[in-house]
Amino acid sequence: MKAALVAAAGAVAVVVPWVAGEAVVNWGLLVLLQVVVAQSWNLLAGYGGQVNLGHAAFFGIGALVTRGLWMQGLPVAAALPVGCAAAAAAGLLVGVPSLRLRGPYFAIGTLAMAEILRIVVATALPEVSALPAEIIARYHLLPRYYLVLLLAVVATGTVWLVGRSRFGMGLVAVREDEGVAEAVGVDSYRHKLLAFLLSASLVGAAGGAFGYYHLSFYPQFAFSPVWTFDAVLMVFLGGIGTVWGPAVGAAFFVLLREALALRLTELHVLVFGTVFVVVVLALPGGLVDFARVLRFRWVRGARPG
Amino acid sequence: MEVWLQNVTFGALVGGLYGLAAVGLALVFGVLRMLNVAHGELIMLGGYATFWLFTLWGLDPYASLLVAGPLLFAVGVALYEGLFGRLVRLHEESKIQLSILIGFGLALVLHALAILAWTADDRAVTAAYAGRVLHLGPLVVPLTRLGGLAVAFAALAGLHLFLQRTDAGRAIRATAEDWEAAFLMGVPVRRVYRMAFALGSALAGVAGSLVAVSDAISPAIGLSWTLKALIVVVLAGLGSIFGTFVAGVLLGVAESAAAFALGGVFREVVGLVLFVAVLTLRPQGLFGRGL
Repeated sequence: MKAALVAAAGAVAVVVPWVAGEAVVNWGLLVLLQVVVAQSWNLLAGYGGQVNLGHAAFFGIGALVTRGLWMQGLPVAAALPVGCAAAAAAGLLVGVPSLRLRGPYFAIGTLAMAEILRIVVATALPEVSALPAEIIARYHLLPRYYLVLLLAVVATGTVWLVGRSRFGMGLVAVREDEGVAEAVGVDSYRHKLLAFLLSASLVGAAGGAFGYYHLSFYPQFAFSPVWTFDAVLMVFLGGIGTVWGPAVGAAFFVLLREALALRLTELHVLVFGTVFVVVVLALPGGLVDFARVLRFRWVRGARPG
Repeated sequence: MEVWLQNVTFGALVGGLYGLAAVGLALVFGVLRMLNVAHGELIMLGGYATFWLFTLWGLDPYASLLVAGPLLFAVGVALYEGLFGRLVRLHEESKIQLSILIGFGLALVLHALAILAWTADDRAVTAAYAGRVLHLGPLVVPLTRLGGLAVAFAALAGLHLFLQRTDAGRAIRATAEDWEAAFLMGVPVRRVYRMAFALGSALAGVAGSLVAVSDAISPAIGLSWTLKALIVVVLAGLGSIFGTFVAGVLLGVAESAAAFALGGVFREVVGLVLFVAVLTLRPQGLFGRGL
């Protein structure tokens, strides 16, 4: 059932751009981009239990480096890995000190570091970054769409692999109880750091794709805490610590946002904020789990144990 | 030299307000072990209360403190009953984590509601004495800033007396220290939690009123005030109201010194850098008994 659903979604994602209009492809691209952002956050928060509120910083670094190199004339296939590596390097720089902090201190510490970086970027690069006319003349949406599709597959695949690996089990043990994990021989710091680096490089790649895709944006926009907040919303909506939850959350989030934005820009924030609080309080498994609960009720007439 | 002195004075005046903004957050954190990251949005609400009372009925902003405080107290009770109170049974670590998440969702909701209700424009209360200054020798002191510092100090002194001298205050301190022991001694822990949360919100409301007079308010100010309050709380550590006030003043002075010496953008950066440094080097804070 699940395999069939996934295969169907994959087929739609591959085929749709050939039959649908540009607006639909744009929506699809945004959904897939947010899938990468959400999955990378999910990897660290859902499996490692570390709430990183500085996620946007790595997205921004990936976007800035990739776009800079690509606009200098480097092919995107070379620029994107460099952007990804830059994000990972920044992840090392931030992760080494901050992962020693526990719980809320890690969350607010990463938020503070990301804000520092955002302010520095806003000051150093105040000008809007727009693509020159000759690049726009040969701008095609399709390769960008397929790049982001590839990244979404890679990100989801990474989460799936981590979840099944020995490393992932160690990570989950750290999430559940760091002391116990240490006691049974899991090096919690190393596990967290590796997950942090993976997460930073994945979201750096998403940022790189964003820098390759977007016609013009202020550099600081890529560092905006909104990227982090979106990731938190999508992951919790869909189901934290699951493979498919963040993807479902991303699709739900982007499509509802686009639908609501037609009426009132702020409306979607209101809706998502409210839904988010309800999910955190009443539905800790997110939409994916909710679907499971519903199915159980329908089939067995009872709640799952 | 005089310019420096002026800058430091100005920073200290602003810093008193930072202390007030932080003490509500510290109270909630210390007593309930919950981090309400929507604290800045409560400050924003207090600011709008003062703004509308002034704009619609011409109420003096310092008089409107007496409305904004109780109003936000009531909001705090409602938020505790509806949201945060549901977390009190949880294990310590997940309680903090979930309170951050709920505060985050709440911040988004309040921000969006404020934009829908009052638009995204910057607003400020321009009382008749808004532009007046006091000349102290070579120093120029804006009256509204001085008033803000005085109110902040008075509010913190009042809180101190309340916590030290009254039974309710004693119950709050006992719960902060060890809720299980307090519970066994007959302290109604849940009521204490609600009281502390509402008091923290009321302090945010008072801080918001002062922000509306001496700065500008808009629906978007929440995050930066939450960050400021967090910085001050981490600088000060928990458990000392006076320490929180001093840390606020320190932050204000550091900000204006950095802005003057290095340029305006460093105003925001210096606090965050201090924050990260203290967090990694001295996590119990400068004056705290440990977080």
